Amino acid sequence: MRPLMNAILRPGACIVALAMAMLLALHPARAGDLSARRVVAAGGVITEIAYALGRAYMLVGVDSTSQFPPEALKTKPDIGYVRALSAEGILSLRPDRVLAIEGAGPPDVLKLIQEAGVQVHTLPEDLSEEGVLKRIRMVGDALGATADAQALSARVEQGFAVLAAKRGRIGKPTRILFVLSFQNGRVMVGGRNSSADAIIRLAGGTNAAAAIEGFKPISDEGILAAAPDVIVMMERGGHAVSAETVFAHPAMRLVPAARNRALVTMDGLFLLGFGPRTAQAAGELMEQVGQKAASSGPTSP
Amino acid sequence: MKNAGSAVSIRVLAARERRRFRLAVLAVATALLGLATLSILRGAVAIAPAEVLNALAGWWQGSEQEFRSALVVVNIRLPRTLLAMLVGAALALSGAVMQGLFRNPLADPGLVGVSAGAALAAGATIVLGERILLPLIGKPPFLLLPIGAFLGGMASTTLLYLIATREGRTSIATMLLAGIALGALAGAFSGFLAYLSDDRQLRDLTFWSLGSFGGASWTKLAAVAPIMAVLAIGAPFLARGLNAIALGEAEAFHLGLPVQRIKAAAIILVALAVGASVAVAGIIGFVGIVVPHLVRLAIGADHRFLLPLSALGGAVLLLGADILARTLVAPAELPIGIITAAIGAPFFLWMLLRRQGGLIP
Repeated sequence: MRPLMNAILRPGACIVALAMAMLLALHPARAGDLSARRVVAAGGVITEIAYALGRAYMLVGVDSTSQFPPEALKTKPDIGYVRALSAEGILSLRPDRVLAIEGAGPPDVLKLIQEAGVQVHTLPEDLSEEGVLKRIRMVGDALGATADAQALSARVEQGFAVLAAKRGRIGKPTRILFVLSFQNGRVMVGGRNSSADAIIRLAGGTNAAAAIEGFKPISDEGILAAAPDVIVMMERGGHAVSAETVFAHPAMRLVPAARNRALVTMDGLFLLGFGPRTAQAAGELMEQVGQKAASSGPTSP
Repeated sequence: MKNAGSAVSIRVLAARERRRFRLAVLAVATALLGLATLSILRGAVAIAPAEVLNALAGWWQGSEQEFRSALVVVNIRLPRTLLAMLVGAALALSGAVMQGLFRNPLADPGLVGVSAGAALAAGATIVLGERILLPLIGKPPFLLLPIGAFLGGMASTTLLYLIATREGRTSIATMLLAGIALGALAGAFSGFLAYLSDDRQLRDLTFWSLGSFGGASWTKLAAVAPIMAVLAIGAPFLARGLNAIALGEAEAFHLGLPVQRIKAAAIILVALAVGASVAVAGIIGFVGIVVPHLVRLAIGADHRFLLPLSALGGAVLLLGADILARTLVAPAELPIGIITAAIGAPFFLWMLLRRQGGLIP
């Protein structure tokens, strides 16, 4: 039975492989990316970098956090949430490489994918300027776009340098409170060691919730003690929370930011993605915070 | 004369019951076989049936697999199919045993504390594992979560058993109440872990509590199969005891049954099987309650028939649910707990209503 099937299947497989090889040879691949041609991106930042490097055509699948650029999830198969991936689902896209952020998984699924002969590259998590540049270079190397990645990282590095110069001109840092959500009057904020904290510092501000670790709910008195000059929130799908709603909150009403309704809303992934647009996002945050803080006068109560 | 008549009618009844049981086993086993075939044939990767057969034949002969599709069949679909069947059978069987032991139709394998303990241990591994172990031994070991969950389940069941056992007698009522208290305590610690966790860990906790066979492998199968085998071997011996306990513990004792030993054996077997299931697949609710009930509605409450048929039914439910979980949103996949509840609950309601002759004639 088996030899017979082999006799039928083996030549068939050879023909398919040959045809695929020919198709691949015709593919508009540039010199240098001979190693990987079909790549799955597990992590929004990887997708974003791949698009920024002009290598979107190499992506055969993206995870559900790949919200930027928006066409990524519209045009590429969705492999699900980055920490709940499916081995067979990813293999069905016939990738020869999976690029994953640190923490993608579950680990046994990645192991199964590796056992099936697919290379799995993991990008370390690092919420710093150097971390952003390193990610760009690593994704570039993995996509065979080393030169493009050098150019992009140089541009981003320059953006960071401009940002640093602007930061140097800030006299007194503004106290910024990043609010992730209002749930039932319970306020969830970004404490130290969160992506919100990192972007606040890049924008030259002081994280008003630095006493808290990570994204955590804060008490009403905690909000008062944090005494933020400006509140920063994410807008989702174009609809943002209004200043009226935010400053109607009993504790928020009493903080310095309430005096001039100093609320800044920005796109979440742009603000907290730590990809190629981070310098730009920090710059925009700095500018908006500067406007709101200036209009609210002296900051210390 | 009268006695002889009732003896005959009992014999007729027993024969009818046995015939119904055989018929039901045949139907459910056929369904299981069909689903298993479907589960091996279907998946996100399109593989022709002939190629699947070829891969299976190669695997059976022990030859090296060279094609990726063969690896998908042998390393992903096959262990996953077997694991879903095994876990489904274990959960449903455990549910049936617990309902018999507690003489309560709402009893659930979780009542022996194993789920709460396992969930707490898994939560601790997810949230604290990296933080504590990273400086000590570098990367956390690969199977830390399943092993931790299993040990956590065992520890909490042992504790509950010790609490409920006085002078060599285990009080089922104490166990039920202490189980609620321990569950609440474990829930408090789990809640605290959720509070400590970051965004990603929180999502891990959520996904874990909905269950998945996503990481099924031969290693996991080899680890849980012996435990499930012990349950399968022990179940027929439990069946007679549970039938007697259904009349009341004192009555069972007067019938000459070693009630305490039956209780201990049932608790240990269920804890082992549920602990192993939770360790490899996370928490999959509902199977342990709905399957034994469906079986009871179909063939009655005799544990000699109820236990094996529940095992088969559980395997069918989880295998079917897993096929949907991994094909509905391919190349992504859904947590299986969503599907078991979404299929099982309406079906269960329909059976109840039909039985009552209520809304549906």
